[in-house]
Amino acid sequence: MTEFLTAAAGAVMVTVVLGMVRILRGPGDADRVMAAQLLGTGGVAALLLSGIARGRPASLDLALTLAVLAAFASIGFVKGAAMGQHEPDSRDDGR
Amino acid sequence: MSALADLFTIVAVSAGVLFFLAGVVGLLRFPDALTRLHALTKADNVGLGLVVLGLLPQAGSLFVALKLLLVWLTVLLAGATVGQLIARVARQAGTRR
Repeated sequence: MTEFLTAAAGAVMVTVVLGMVRILRGPGDADRVMAAQLLGTGGVAALLLSGIARGRPASLDLALTLAVLAAFASIGFVKGAAMGQHEPDSRDDGR
Repeated sequence: MSALADLFTIVAVSAGVLFFLAGVVGLLRFPDALTRLHALTKADNVGLGLVVLGLLPQAGSLFVALKLLLVWLTVLLAGATVGQLIARVARQAGTRR
């Protein structure tokens, strides 16, 4: 069972790295953030798989931390995108 | 009983990896941002969900099993929130172009 779970963790990481081609190709910022978010989720899955495979429950804490940090990264992007967009608008309106 | 649990683990984890693969193929092949987001959220929620479900029989203790479920619930909550926010940014970028 250990070998199977380790192989599954490797397979998840390979697919996620393939998905990072989307970061290079774009075209929009949102597409790049989506690939980064997939990297976060795939990292969580790989940490869970390898943690259970090797009997190290500490990996689950790492996975939990990574899940929260990946969400914060995407929320930071959305905040930044909203700020960059609204600044010129509010100046045009004269509010 | 143990063989049955191992079989369940192999089937569920394989299905989860398959969902991750499908999500990546969708992310690379779908034509615009919103369809890509659709493919990505399936990989996030269902793929990780099947992996967690498959790992539950191997957890060994109730505490570890509950922690696995907690990780999945966290990712579900974060994925639902972030999916909405990214979709809003993608749509605004689409209408501005």
